Amino acid sequence: MVSEPVIKTVHLDCFFGAHQVLRNINLEIPANEILGIIGPANSGKTTFLRALNRLNYLHRTYSQSGEILLDGRDIRQISDNLLRKKIGIIFALPQVLPVSILDNVAYGPKVHGVTNKETLARTVEEALKRAYLWEEVKDRLQEPAVRLSGGQQQRLCIARTLAVGPQVILYDEPCSGLDPISTAKVEDAMQQLKADYTQILVTNNTKQASRVSERCAFFLMGELVEIGPTHDLFTYPQDKRTDDYITGRFG
Amino acid sequence: MNGAKLRQQIAFSVLGAITLLIVVPIILVILYIIINGAGSITWQFLTQAPRNGMKAGGIFPAIVGTILLVVGTMLFALPLGVLSAIYLVEYARDDLFTRMIKLSVVNLSGIPSIVYGLFGFTAFVLLLHFGTSLLAGSLTLGIMSLPVIITASKEALESVPLTYREISLSLGATKWQTIRYCVLPYAIPGILTGTVLSLSRAAGETAPILFTVAAFYLPRLPHSAFDQVMALPYHLYVIATQVPNIPLSISFATALVLIALVFLMNLVSIILRAHYRKKRLW
Repeated sequence: MVSEPVIKTVHLDCFFGAHQVLRNINLEIPANEILGIIGPANSGKTTFLRALNRLNYLHRTYSQSGEILLDGRDIRQISDNLLRKKIGIIFALPQVLPVSILDNVAYGPKVHGVTNKETLARTVEEALKRAYLWEEVKDRLQEPAVRLSGGQQQRLCIARTLAVGPQVILYDEPCSGLDPISTAKVEDAMQQLKADYTQILVTNNTKQASRVSERCAFFLMGELVEIGPTHDLFTYPQDKRTDDYITGRFG
Repeated sequence: MNGAKLRQQIAFSVLGAITLLIVVPIILVILYIIINGAGSITWQFLTQAPRNGMKAGGIFPAIVGTILLVVGTMLFALPLGVLSAIYLVEYARDDLFTRMIKLSVVNLSGIPSIVYGLFGFTAFVLLLHFGTSLLAGSLTLGIMSLPVIITASKEALESVPLTYREISLSLGATKWQTIRYCVLPYAIPGILTGTVLSLSRAAGETAPILFTVAAFYLPRLPHSAFDQVMALPYHLYVIATQVPNIPLSISFATALVLIALVFLMNLVSIILRAHYRKKRLW
């Protein structure tokens, strides 16, 4: 890797109470990469993702050691709200606020101090376009967001994240509740976003990881077993455990 | 008809009968009061001060007194109660101290109102030298209302899905922004219900105002927050038991006005609730 990694973790250990969920994770993610993270349930994928923008700290028993660097800077030096503005997350199930489509997307910019109506409208339109949702909702921005289909809601969540202007987007099994066509649309959106964002995709679906990601990491029981270019990882896995998982012998 | 269906029918009938059992007495009480009191309600009765040792005239000062007491109680108890609930739900760590506070709140709502009356008398009337006054009475009723308002607000806040908070925080909102824009708006209907419930109770209480604010006979309006007032429940008690030879119909009319006042408060809260529910887009 030539360029400086956008995200780098050094000896990252994560705990919930006394239970260690992640062990010594060392990862580097360069700009504009889509990194896939695969692994069975309870392998620590989601915890890793939520460690990056400190959402894990919403649990009172959570603690971590080691370092997470964003553009070479320790994230502990960045305030929670600025960090989460820079590192957005898309949750597993589409989670929309019980307000209109417009207000869902405008919420982020508003809390970051954008009050000008025209600026807001432009930001919302831009975000919805980038999330491939604009054409489907442009005539009904005032409608409740909950009336959208699951796939549309998930793209609305992506638009909502884009609207605050992040640098990194995390996806926590974003398509686990979606049908194949909606899944394809979300994946399309991810490909289009590659030019401007660094993306990390946690997925239970190894096929999705192989379709979307450039590099892929395999987590197992809190350890990073293997990481490499997606094609190589799926064709010539270096570790026997990776091989077992991707060929479906367990997990 | 098979067995399961029959059992279901029986269960429904029993539940229906029990509901009726609760509703019917309430309707009878209200009807009885209306039948006996409605005849005495005239424009003079609502707008004039009592005369001739309360045997004639109206109950205007008592109506105003009760309204002032309810407003005073709300001004004191609503912000304090909602803010306490926000602290308990959103900020307090789940430790021994917090649990003790929560337990105290629950227990406080079980204390008899006369005890609040005595407390208000010693604390506000004597210790703080507020005298027997609107202020002392409002504070006493406020303290009595607090546990219900806190409990209702707490439950309303807890019923707002955690995901709303998570969405807001994940977008970089601060904790307070999250509470202000993603939690409170959806808790307001529940908070309102609890508040009106406790204010209705405050409007009808006699014991807490007995030593702290209520005037036996004061046929004028209060001049300041340090003045005494007449209040409907105490006035009702007085004319029904303390002054001889007052026609019973006047007591019933007074009771009817008190009930109507409480009903009006509930109506306002229902309208407000509907307004806030509409904001939540489903």
